[in-house]
Formats: sequence, structure tokens, C-alpha cells
Amino acid sequence: MALDKAAVAHIAALARIRLTEAELEPLADELSHILTWVEQLNEVDTSGVAPMASAAVTSLPMRNDDVTDGGCRQDILSNAPRTARGFFVVPKVVE
Amino acid sequence: MSDSSLLALTLAEARDGLARKFFSAHELTLAYNEAVTEIEPLNAYITPTPEPALEMADAADQRLARGEALPLDGIPIAVKDLYCTKGVLTTAASHILDGFHPPYESTVTDRLWQSGAVMLGKTNLDEFAMGSSSTTSYYGPTENPWRRPDDNRPLVPGGSSGGSAAAVAARAALAATGTDTGGSIRQPASFCGIVGLKPTYGRCSRWGVVAYASSLDHPGPMTRTVRDAAILLRAMAGNDPRDSTSAPVPVPDFEAALTGDIRGVRVGIPKEYRADGMPSEIEGLWRQGAEWLRSAGAQPVEISLPMTKYALQAYYIIAPAEASSNLARYDGVRFGLRVEGNSLDEMYELTRAAGFGAEVCRRVMIGTYVLSAGYYDAYYLKAQRVRALIARDFAAAFESVDCLLTPTAPSAAFAIDENTEDPIAMYLNDLFTVPANLAGVPAISVPAGLSAGGLPLGLQITGRAFDEETVLRVAAVLESAAQFRHVPSFVAGGRA
Repeated sequence: MALDKAAVAHIAALARIRLTEAELEPLADELSHILTWVEQLNEVDTSGVAPMASAAVTSLPMRNDDVTDGGCRQDILSNAPRTARGFFVVPKVVE
Repeated sequence: MSDSSLLALTLAEARDGLARKFFSAHELTLAYNEAVTEIEPLNAYITPTPEPALEMADAADQRLARGEALPLDGIPIAVKDLYCTKGVLTTAASHILDGFHPPYESTVTDRLWQSGAVMLGKTNLDEFAMGSSSTTSYYGPTENPWRRPDDNRPLVPGGSSGGSAAAVAARAALAATGTDTGGSIRQPASFCGIVGLKPTYGRCSRWGVVAYASSLDHPGPMTRTVRDAAILLRAMAGNDPRDSTSAPVPVPDFEAALTGDIRGVRVGIPKEYRADGMPSEIEGLWRQGAEWLRSAGAQPVEISLPMTKYALQAYYIIAPAEASSNLARYDGVRFGLRVEGNSLDEMYELTRAAGFGAEVCRRVMIGTYVLSAGYYDAYYLKAQRVRALIARDFAAAFESVDCLLTPTAPSAAFAIDENTEDPIAMYLNDLFTVPANLAGVPAISVPAGLSAGGLPLGLQITGRAFDEETVLRVAAVLESAAQFRHVPSFVAGGRA
């Protein structure tokens, strides 16, 4: 798959990474190169093969629905770039 | 004992020396703290922690004096800076985690401290463990303590656990933790002439390890000997309710598996690993390894893993897909770097553009693309189906053999400025290591010889899921046959 500049800009927007105009062209080349390479997988007949999401041997374990953690607001906020009155602060999202 | 002879001990020897009071944990840690300073030119550590190390050593000395020694009491180790350590800067070698001091301790490191081990510091790596050279770190590249005798250019230590590998090889850590998503323990172990073990998926908890690709990430030990790997793995392993993929299986005494007896063990030699363009010296070492095992009574047999040639391509869809999801959390809100913007989206975009390096951006974008509407089936589900076939290859092989012998990497260490132009050339480093991550089976790299250029080369033993014991037993026989006694050009305490 060859990606053009518009496609790269769209992917970057989905990934929430701001790119400059000058970065689009080289990234389009690099990503196209990688995608063309991984497309070699199309040579493999995978009909009837179930996708494998994990090598874990067990199904998800169940536990009692008890509170096992919490009461550590200060710990959670301690690394935040901006906080106020016990909350994270972000730019205004509602006009 | 002199500092340089303390630094030359293996973990098992240091453990015995401490138990017999030949030296104290304080003395050992002091020697290692100095070694960490001495190897600063290698840039192997991001954050040394000399003061906490001495406090931990003193606590170990008190237990040793009371006769209440823990299994790793007083053993100074380095921690890859991907493991969260409570109150100690944890960076994942990324600008985006600027100033992050985790309020909790990863399960694996917690187990190590509960076993009496001493933390020397946090080691350098490729940013978010994405790389095979430890050159993509925000904190600058790590250098390999080895140099080619005829060429003074600095070499890469491999990656992503390159800081851990360089520290152990340069005698500035007795052992280290690493993580392995596509070869990140084994390939740097091979490049630095040490032992690196990727255990079975689920053997060591991933809780508190910064996530790259969750279904492929494996914590594991990096050590000077196979015995040391067995000792360290036992302390790191075990079921953890906080990691739902952690396996509820007992942890054996891995050291007890090192009987030296491999008579009758069937060793598979996968013919597909004879990659085009593989240097003849690596093929020669591989053949030599099979001979060593045969002389010890094992039976090498040629086998086939037909899907091998598709493992890297499947990996480079699955790993970026999982990474794009895992790295969504770096948004400038809860921790790390923040670049202010006029809207929430602008803040996210500016923060992530400033915080992620080029290779991380590349993988997040590939991952975003292969998971996006219209491409999910063609790329992501296709790769997962191929992954199932790769796991099936291993399962079929292990019906007729007990383990596999292969080279660890298709080359020796390369120079820091080599392999930088084409991302795929860098990805090819993981040709022989990625399949074990996709299948989740254990694999170890053992230093087995030197290249014509005078650099270490590793051989890899791969085994059945949860059969690290066979892997370690065979690896130990390989290690004693290879008699790898070479020392890097730069080691703390000097080469004498």
C-alpha cells in the first residue's frame, strides 16, 4: 500500500501526533515501504485459521467484586503537569 | 578482596562469598557503585541510585549477620528503565515521561527487593523498548563495552535492553532485568557476550512494566552465566493477580535443573533459519554448537518451521498495533511532558509530537493505520492468523524435539551509525528472536564464540512453554562447551 501525504496527515490526526508539512513526504515514503514489506503476509493461506491474540495459557481469571485499591488521590495526582483542587486540569473543552 | 576481583564474580559466586562472609554486601555494593561511575562514558545508566543501594546493602548485611539471609541478599543489580520503581525516576527512555516518579513498584522488581537484591540504578534502552540498538533513547545512545580490535568506532550494545546488557558486560552490575518483545533481551545479550533469558509468556508478571506490546512483552533476566539466569529468574517469576495474563503455575527451582546431563535430549535444528546472506562464521558457530551438544549426548535433528519467513512481518503489524493502543495514555494530562495548546486536541497533538521520538511515531502511526476502519481485517487480523500458524509450527516441532538450537542474531554488534537509513534493515536484527515472542515460548541466548572481527556471538536455545528447565539445562551444557572467557575492551576495575 502506497500512502500519500493526505493519508499520512489523516493517520497522524487519528494518532494525535502533530506533524509539520515537511515531515509528511518522508513519512509517507517510510510508512509505504514498511506496509509494502508486511504485505508479504498475503502469500500465506490463512483460510480457516483463527486469529491468535495472545500466547497466554489461561482464560481471564475471575475474582470477587471487592474494592482492592483506592484512597490514593494524592499519589495519582502527584505526577500530573497541572492540577487544581484535587483534579487534573486540561484546556477548556466546553464553550 | 580487591574491587576488581569483586566485580569479576558471578552472581552465584557473590552469593556464596556473602554467605561465607568473605566480604560484606556493603563492600560489594560500594565496589559496584564505583563501577557505575567508572562506566559513565558508555551511557548505560539513565539514573544511578547509589544511596538507596547502600541502604539496601546494609539491610542485607544485617540479615546475613543474623543468619536470616534471603535468596538474593546483597546482590547488586541494574533495572531496565522500563520497570516502574517507587519514587525513582522512570523514563522508558522517552521525553514524554519527563519527571515521572511512579507511586508504585513493579511486581518483578518488588519480588527482587523482597529477595534481598540491591538496586544500583535504572538502565538505558531504546525509547519505549522500540529498537534493536539502544540508539533511539531520548537520553542518547548506549555504547557497547566491546570494540573491534582493528577499528575504534563505538558499537551498539543491541537493544532494546542495551543499557542492561552493557552494564552487566562492563562489570557495572552483577545482573540486570530486561524486557523482550521481539528479542530485546536476547539480541543485546548476544551483542555484549552475556546470557539473556526470555521466559515463557506469563512466567513473569508485566504489572508495573511500561507497556509496549502487551501480548509480546516478556520481563526476564540478563546475567553473566546460565546459572545466574536460573537464580534470578526464580526470584522474578510467579503468579500475580494484578496481571491477568500471568500464569497460575508453580515456580520450580531452576538452578536444580542444571544437572549437566542432556543425554537423549532431542535438539531441533530448524532449516529455515539458514537465512540468505547469513555470515558463514555464524553458520559455522551454529554447526559447532550442534556438535557440542551431540558430544554431550544430545541428538540434533533437522526440523522445519515453515512459517519462519513471515514472523517479522506479522510482528511489525501486531507490535505497532498494540503499541498505538498502549501509548494512547501519553496525553499530557496525568503524567510526564505537557505542551500547552488552545484546545484539548491541540494539547494532545503538540505534547505527543514533542514527546515521542521518530521510531515511536513511526510505530504508533503504523499501528493506528492497521487498526483503522477498512484495514483492520487486511492487516491486523491477517497478522494474528499468521501468528497462530507460527505458534502451530512450534507446537508441531515440540512433538518430535525437546528444544531448538539456532543463532541468536544474524550479525555481531554494528557501529552506532550503521543501519540507520532503512528501518527494515534494523528490524531484520530480530529475525531469529521474534518467533519465540509470537509463540510465547522460552528462549535463551548464550555467548558461544567470537566473530572474525573479535565480537561476541550468541547461540539460542528455545523450549516448550513453561519448560525453562530444559532450556537452562541445555544452555548450561552449551556454555561449558563454549568456554567463553573473553573480556570486553572496557570493563570497570580494568581488564587485569
